[in-house]
Amino acid sequence: MSKAIVLYMHVHQPYRVRHYTIFDAGVDHRYFEAPYDDRENNERILRKVAEKSYLPTNHRLLQLLNEHPEFKLSLSITGTAIEQMEAWAPEALQSFKDLCATGRVEIVAETYHHSLAFFYSRSEFEAQVNMHRAKVQEVFGQTPQVIRNTELAYNNDLAYWADKAGYKGILAEGWDRVLGWRSPNFVYRPSYTDNIRLLMKNYRLSDDIAFRFGDRHWAGWPLTADKFTHWLNDSGDATNFDLFMDYETFGEHQWDETGIFQFLEHLPKEWLKTPGNTFMTVSEVIDSFDPVDYVDCPQTITWADTERDLSAWLGNSMQSSAITALYELQDKIMHTGDLALIDDWRKLQTSDHFYYMCTKWFNDGDIHAYFSPYENPYDAFVAFMNAWHDLKFRLAAKGVDV
Amino acid sequence: MRILMLGWELPPDNSGGLGVACYQLCKALSKKGADIEFVLPYHKADYGIDFMTVTAAHPQGVEEILKSGIAYDSYKYIFQDGHAEVHDIYSQVHMYEEAVARLVHERTFDIVHAHDWLTFRAALRAKQSTGCPIVLHVHSIERDRAGGNAGNPLCREIEGISFMLADRIVAVSQHTKNMIIEDYDVPEDKIEVVHNSIDPEMFEPLDGDNTYKYLEAMRGKGYRVVVAVSRLTVQKGLPNLLHAAKEVIMREPKTLFVIVGSGEQYFELLSLAADLGIAKNVIFTGFQRGKRWRDAYAIADLFVMPSVSEPFGLTALEAIGYGTPSLISRQSGVAEVLRNTLKVNFWDINEMANKITAVVQNDSLRDVLHQNSYQEFARLNWNAAADRLLGIYDQHLKRSKVFA
Repeated sequence: MSKAIVLYMHVHQPYRVRHYTIFDAGVDHRYFEAPYDDRENNERILRKVAEKSYLPTNHRLLQLLNEHPEFKLSLSITGTAIEQMEAWAPEALQSFKDLCATGRVEIVAETYHHSLAFFYSRSEFEAQVNMHRAKVQEVFGQTPQVIRNTELAYNNDLAYWADKAGYKGILAEGWDRVLGWRSPNFVYRPSYTDNIRLLMKNYRLSDDIAFRFGDRHWAGWPLTADKFTHWLNDSGDATNFDLFMDYETFGEHQWDETGIFQFLEHLPKEWLKTPGNTFMTVSEVIDSFDPVDYVDCPQTITWADTERDLSAWLGNSMQSSAITALYELQDKIMHTGDLALIDDWRKLQTSDHFYYMCTKWFNDGDIHAYFSPYENPYDAFVAFMNAWHDLKFRLAAKGVDV
Repeated sequence: MRILMLGWELPPDNSGGLGVACYQLCKALSKKGADIEFVLPYHKADYGIDFMTVTAAHPQGVEEILKSGIAYDSYKYIFQDGHAEVHDIYSQVHMYEEAVARLVHERTFDIVHAHDWLTFRAALRAKQSTGCPIVLHVHSIERDRAGGNAGNPLCREIEGISFMLADRIVAVSQHTKNMIIEDYDVPEDKIEVVHNSIDPEMFEPLDGDNTYKYLEAMRGKGYRVVVAVSRLTVQKGLPNLLHAAKEVIMREPKTLFVIVGSGEQYFELLSLAADLGIAKNVIFTGFQRGKRWRDAYAIADLFVMPSVSEPFGLTALEAIGYGTPSLISRQSGVAEVLRNTLKVNFWDINEMANKITAVVQNDSLRDVLHQNSYQEFARLNWNAAADRLLGIYDQHLKRSKVFA
């Protein structure tokens, strides 16, 4: 029986809110346009990530696709990332299109704005999934069959919705509290659903690459493609190894100097040495293997932090105040039909804004700090709320009762 | 009459009300004929002061002094020969004392008048070497600055010894006088209360459009604005204001609270507003100067000063000058001189909420309060304070002549 690596990488860039003050509210509605040298400048960050990660990684991925007919992968690319590449790094977007043109790269569905709308507004969530599908069709000529929610946030309700919406599969974290004694290395089906399948991230193996790869204090260091292949081959019964990670693992989270690119270059060759080993996209693995069991997940799980919940986005009262305030405006904003206003409101839904307000480990200056353009979570909150006040100003200027 | 005035700051290089009060007081005294030499720990700006001599009390050979805007920060001295020294606040106090000791040796003064603990050691030294009477002017004591706690024992020691050895103590309010008596067992009749004041003619007028466009627009939509202009520090009692704000917003959701200032409580107050569920209604502007600072007063319907302990509280008068009535804590000096204002005990959150709600619900209350408080404001000046001080100087001059 064959065993497949299911490599899935997530590409996303938010529109970061600039240092937006109360003196800007009511005066300047450009929340996302920081001066070029500011930490919140989206263009500069996008160009940097394209240069350090997207271009060199796609270059290697395309080579691998050309060299190994068995090599396949899946990608999700948010609408906000596609837009920014269109504007500032069209060559990076072209490199993603080139991957898709091989016919062995599958695009996964999600919300256009990388939002947590599912938990606040079903109608908005559906609108954003539709927007994303249309964008993927336009840019990559594919219609996604498998869906993931922002931050891999998942529960039974979402699986039920995706099943009814006709998706053949959905992605989630293979978290022990949900799987119990079971292995993530099989295809599952969510409780209360008819047709949909559930793929669960093998977080140990995925995080060996995404988080631990460059860590010299880790017992597994240095990780080579050969060693990693041995781990997979030795893991007993399995049909699929779901390696899910942020795309920026390659070149951005793990710098070139760690050897991450060499690892990527050698992995297919090493893995394919063993007969029966192959690669599959997310749809393909669902078509190839029957589900082994139901997975029940009444609580919401994500792929973040040791808690694997939404606490990195909604855990403190600043975060919950900010997101509740934003969705409270939905009816009034949609009612205006003002596309610019609706677009700004949607850009503010991107989960990153709430992540920047996370205080969980602020005092330790940990991983969250690395990904935030703000000096501290409080500055992130103040800038966001000032932009929110300006949304209110724009509504009021249209005669809407606020 | 030659007066040696010992101070720590003057505008525009001031961190708060102390510098403003010293400036205004000296100006009023000089108009009445007092000959003042004012000693500062540093002196780099051209203050445009022609009514007194300003002297810098730094070591010889200093070319430049670098400091930030914070009162208790350390200074960096750059000397003519190129070497640099960094001095913390105690070292500053010590150098200031040495400089004043040299000064009183060179020139003769009738009275030494020192403002707050930073200059008290220098005053004692002057008295020790010349026998000149010293008046200690208290704008705040350590318990004020520590928000009702004991504070720094070194500051308390300087305050305690200086109060004991002073010829006269001037407190900026009865509130401050009572605290001096409680904390340092100073006999009541040694302390004179001379209230601070404000000079309406010195007021920089509002100019152009208000910079808070958003608040203006929201006021047009029926919102009302409550502002606090304050350092975000324990002394100022802002957590109580946020608790009161929650009660107000429950009743009047169209109320916006604007907190202008910075300080170590910033993160705490932001989190508290979110915890209380009122983050949408509380706007933090950060520290502001100049036009944005004036406009904050002007845009508001009510100014609130909820201080735990406020020796005087000039901001309440500034607010009135810029067109906004005030709600002030009874634990403040300004509450002793201002009649047309709302007053509340700093701990009484319900009453604070009650009064704020009344103002945001009744524009007529706001307008009447302001009209009447503005009349009080327009009558204010520093002449009375200057007269009181001259009287105090005279008493001591006569007394020292008797003993001479």
